[in-house]
Amino acid sequence: MNFHAVRAIYAFEMARTRRTLFQSIVSPVISTSLYFVIFGSAIGSRIAEIDGISYGSFIVPGLIMLSLLTESVSNASFGIFFPRFSGTIYELLSAPVTWVETLLGYAGAAATKSIILGSIILATANLFVDVQIAHPFWMLTFLVMTAVSFSLFGFILGIWADGFEKLQIVPMLIITPLTFLGGSFYSISMLPPFWQTVTLFNPVVYLISGFRWSFYENADVSVALSFGMTAVFLVACLLLIRWMFHSGYRLRS
Amino acid sequence: MTAAIQIDNLNKTYVGGFRALKDVSLEIRRGEIFALLGPNGAGKTTLISIVCGIANATSGSVLVDGHDNVKDFRVTRTLIGLVPQELSTDTFETVFATVSFSRGLFGLPKNPEHVEKVLRSLSLWDRRDSKILTLSGGMKRRVLIAKALAHEPRILFLDEPTAGVDVELRQDMWAVVRSLQDSGVTVILTTHYIEEAEQMADRIGVINHGEVILVQEKRRLMQELGKRQLVLQLPEPLAELPASLAEFELERGEDGKELIYTYDTQGERTGITGLLAALGNAGIKFTDLTTSQSSLEDIFVGLVKKSA
Repeated sequence: MNFHAVRAIYAFEMARTRRTLFQSIVSPVISTSLYFVIFGSAIGSRIAEIDGISYGSFIVPGLIMLSLLTESVSNASFGIFFPRFSGTIYELLSAPVTWVETLLGYAGAAATKSIILGSIILATANLFVDVQIAHPFWMLTFLVMTAVSFSLFGFILGIWADGFEKLQIVPMLIITPLTFLGGSFYSISMLPPFWQTVTLFNPVVYLISGFRWSFYENADVSVALSFGMTAVFLVACLLLIRWMFHSGYRLRS
Repeated sequence: MTAAIQIDNLNKTYVGGFRALKDVSLEIRRGEIFALLGPNGAGKTTLISIVCGIANATSGSVLVDGHDNVKDFRVTRTLIGLVPQELSTDTFETVFATVSFSRGLFGLPKNPEHVEKVLRSLSLWDRRDSKILTLSGGMKRRVLIAKALAHEPRILFLDEPTAGVDVELRQDMWAVVRSLQDSGVTVILTTHYIEEAEQMADRIGVINHGEVILVQEKRRLMQELGKRQLVLQLPEPLAELPASLAEFELERGEDGKELIYTYDTQGERTGITGLLAALGNAGIKFTDLTTSQSSLEDIFVGLVKKSA
């Protein structure tokens, strides 16, 4: 294992975060705070409790997931896309590193940033609403697994995209809508039966449901299914990245 | 002794069907400076990219210090440093950070002393804290060389290293290359400045249309393929060459006021004495005479035209 390379890539990516602190950390925290002000306080005060949980507290796991998914995807995708765009990818391709080491550096840094961000949002949420964490271990497990798996997904996106438009189109047109429709702001049980069934095809439902369970022991789908689906998504991303490196897809001519 | 690089029957066909390399076989000796010359699109960068691991070969093999560059890629890539043709740099990084990054990427622990040594040798030390964004094109080129040297490679590829670089900087770079060779580093360079290859290289390889058409010691190449010419300046234009001079196959230049004689330096006799005697016998006087030898550029152009 080329640990020096993993550390070099990881440190390089983390340094990029420090350079773009406002964009990476401050901006998502401000926008999430606005969600709390609008949905938690202004509108939330007029919405009844959901399964015995105040609406403001109910949306905390969904809001953390919203930021976690979008930031994991955008950080990891930009991390690998920019060297491709600028041409500096030549150095990575000619270096004695395997796909696993490359991934540990890039996706590891992207996941770290997302976890830090998720923790900051959780701390920020505590300022607005009362947040209970019933299962801290599982909360952390879902947080890390989601950050890692969506960083892997972002990495795939960064290799697939051949322009900035494609890089932005997936988070904007796929990730954000799926998160909004995945129960971030409501319980699936509030939907008509037909839409409940349709919603079960949305993979984000399982992430939010499992994560919310770790807070309030309240889930739309079984926790084991949530965990299983997240694990399946993670493994699928890993296999796809492995294929991309072995085939040279959009990396080596 | 194992060759620094041994390339055997290397082929590269791109997805669109373009054959960039056709059965290329080449040996690069340890410690030499090898210049790979060829027109644009000849296959130079493709060849370098395959050796360095950036592109996949369609068939054939590459051994670096006796190690297969696919199976033993960790070993071979550690041995190689690459300075690419394009000025691809991490725009927002500082010079010191980007060179240190390269060292780590190639599996070596941090060594600020070595990075300092490399930056000083390339006159970059004063700019170590500058963002690459603020550097001139020539300085960026130096940064790329510094990055390639950060992990102390034994083989260095320089793909058009002096393109767009001013004369002073170019000479500095060649001084660095010479010192690298003195320390045992094998250098493979491609360049458009053929006079550089003429000055620097120990051996020359010419590639055209994906085929290596010649590999030769530079001195021998210049001797064998180089030709010498004797140019005689005449006081009056010569309307017609006398039949007695036909055997010398003279050319007339400058509206008949020059006679050009081409001779072989490798031949037993140059024929100059006989020519001068024949000119005297024919009553042809001359006011001046000069000799010249064809440059590597002349030889290169001739070879490429011949293979086209």
